[in-house]
Amino acid sequence: MRRIISVLMENEPGALSRVVGLFSQRGYNIESLTVAPTEDATLSRLTLVTIGNDHKIEQVTKNLNKLIDVVKLVDLTEGAHIERELLLVKVRATGAQRDEVKRSVDIFRGQIVDVTSNMYTVQVAGTGEKLDAFLQALGEHTIMEVVRSGVSGIARGEKVLSI
Amino acid sequence: MELLSGGDMLVRALQDEGVDLIFGYPGGSALHIYDAIFRQKEIKHVLVRHEQGATHAADGYTRSTGKTGVVLVTSGPGATNAITGIATAYMDSIPMVVISGQVTSDKIGEDAFQETDMVGCSRPIVKHSFLVKRAEDIPEVVKKAFYIASTGRPGPVVIDVPKDVTNPADRFPYEYPEKLRMRSYTPAGKGHSGQIRKAVALLLSARRPVIYAGGGVVQGNGAELLTALAQRLNYPVTNTLMGLGAYPGSDKRFLGMLGMHGTFEANTAMHHADVILAVGARFDDRVTNTPGKFCPGAKIIHIDVDPASISKTIVADVPIVGTVQSVLGEMLEMLKSSDDEPDQSAIVDWWRQIDDWRERHGIYAAPRYRTDGEMIMPQEVIKAVYDITEGNAFVTSDVGQHQMFAAQYYLFDKPRRWINSGGLGTMGFGLPAALGVKIAHPDSEVVCVTGEGSIQMCIQELSTATQYHLPVKILCLNNQALGMVKQWQEMQYEGRLSNSVYEESLPDFVKLAEAYGHLGMKIERREELHDKLHEAFAIKDRTVFIDVYVDPSEHVYPMQVMPNGSMRDMWLSKTERT
Ligand SMILES: Cc1ncc(C[n+]2csc(CCOP(=O)(O)OP(=O)(O)O)c2C)c(N)n1
Ligand SMILES: [Mg+2]
Repeated sequence: MRRIISVLMENEPGALSRVVGLFSQRGYNIESLTVAPTEDATLSRLTLVTIGNDHKIEQVTKNLNKLIDVVKLVDLTEGAHIERELLLVKVRATGAQRDEVKRSVDIFRGQIVDVTSNMYTVQVAGTGEKLDAFLQALGEHTIMEVVRSGVSGIARGEKVLSI
Repeated sequence: MELLSGGDMLVRALQDEGVDLIFGYPGGSALHIYDAIFRQKEIKHVLVRHEQGATHAADGYTRSTGKTGVVLVTSGPGATNAITGIATAYMDSIPMVVISGQVTSDKIGEDAFQETDMVGCSRPIVKHSFLVKRAEDIPEVVKKAFYIASTGRPGPVVIDVPKDVTNPADRFPYEYPEKLRMRSYTPAGKGHSGQIRKAVALLLSARRPVIYAGGGVVQGNGAELLTALAQRLNYPVTNTLMGLGAYPGSDKRFLGMLGMHGTFEANTAMHHADVILAVGARFDDRVTNTPGKFCPGAKIIHIDVDPASISKTIVADVPIVGTVQSVLGEMLEMLKSSDDEPDQSAIVDWWRQIDDWRERHGIYAAPRYRTDGEMIMPQEVIKAVYDITEGNAFVTSDVGQHQMFAAQYYLFDKPRRWINSGGLGTMGFGLPAALGVKIAHPDSEVVCVTGEGSIQMCIQELSTATQYHLPVKILCLNNQALGMVKQWQEMQYEGRLSNSVYEESLPDFVKLAEAYGHLGMKIERREELHDKLHEAFAIKDRTVFIDVYVDPSEHVYPMQVMPNGSMRDMWLSKTERT
């Protein structure tokens, strides 16, 4: 099963490499990983997506918790949550294509954030699935470059991950 | 406030932490620290002959005392030489603080002379590590390092110190922190009382119970409580290789070691148990054999300080996270105030069954090795040493057949007496570890049981024994081969002895010992074994290298059948299988 694990950790050098090292060392896989400091500059928040059965995920979270730098973590997929990923894509857009691309962007509630005479740069946010669907809708021939931020997420309702 | 340089701060912080002994080896990046050591008296530094030796010596010191060992090495090769010893400590959850010099901060990342990324190299084999950025941080880093190393599930911590941080020209106010607050680290304390109550009820309902205790009971100072619990219930106890001494080896309730070379009665009782109380043990693959076939009818209570060790390979029915001391203490209290008792007739039947297993194939009921041959059998050497030392020695070991014979035939009645690399299986551990033990226990007999293969991996430490006058006994069970490798090749590779024999290249260990200023003794004939051993052990003020030529064809039995065997599937001799 796919899981989204959100980790609050000390904003210290080496902390990230310990998290990543844990995954390679124990043979867990990382689908995506994002990390940035939080409003409290001493803490970073890391979101990672991993795939595994319940036993594996339990081991992942236990071992993450064991890392000295990890302050707190939550498996967002255990409850209702909001999941977002940002996509930036450069698409070829000339002649009739320009309108066509723009229509797809509107349907997916994306934005064109840069333009040249041959190209649009498009930004779309949403779940991974939505981004996949958007890329599919564009059709491969028009795509020149894709960058995805990796998933970040937050629990729904009043639950918060903080110290 | 006093102004100190980084180097002096580091040494002072160690003093303030109560450290009185460091094992180490100097070099460029560590020289400011070494100078600070020279200018003080409180901490003694032991100069080893190889950084691996420093880590194993500190490790032996720690295992025999419970005090966190300290190692000091220089950058680059000094640091990488320490890696094997750090990994050894990590696998066996031994607290250790390793301080490594590092090139100056401005050169880090430039492939400077003797630069290695020590924090990176050691990352998978440490509990935590620090790269010190500023001298002012030293006191807190040291405090944290010791706290992390010694609490929870203990382990090694590396402090990497760039040379400029220890510069004697730069001084800073020094104060050792009294208290620490670490929001990201809270080691487990008491266990959950509800879970403990469940465990007690399950234990009392058992008809075929086994207590399976590991290294966590030794390291967590839980041996007395465990013994009290087992005796109160009159339940059988087995220890892992790491747990030997957690329960008195000579007590009748002790079934011997379990696992790959465990006794017939321990492995068979585990297989048939209905309730297993696992304490400070981690269901290692050398214990469980095939996990899918592990103890099919057993409900499992698992007490461990490390939540990640619980249900890792074998799912626990009653998991309890907490220190061995607090959980066992609480269990005993509950038992005392409870009116419930185990079903005595079931327990009597269970003991009858176990005694029958003991009689049939147990290694303590009768010798299971040849007793009428000309050759000295390795087992009888260990038995003789056990008798001569009255079971009171500290025994360190290397890795191989000799290690298993020592584990099987030297019965440890007390914890912290059996010191071996169980998790990593590091050849070369035994001698430096013995020196670390001897420093901590100068009046006790310390025996390093080794093989002619293993001893050559850290033989240089014979010189350390000379310098610091550490009279230990080195008992080499010389089978003229990498015996354990050879055993596997004979059992699984039709006897193709690929690179497990030395072809007449072994050194003369007697002369070698003498070259280092020690005594050497060679024992080849069976009839002289006892007299010569007595003679050797009568010598108290010299290091004695006892080179005993044993039957090279002997294998270690029992040996669990692999792959796909259950706990009770064992080879009992070269020809007999369960
Ligand atoms: C550093 C290291 N290298 C290799 C091994 C693999 N190994 C395990 S036992 C063994 C043979 C040890 O020979 P010896 O010390 O003579 O002991 P014996 O088995 O003969 O008693 C070897 C090579 C190991 N455990 N450690
Ligand atoms: Mg040998």
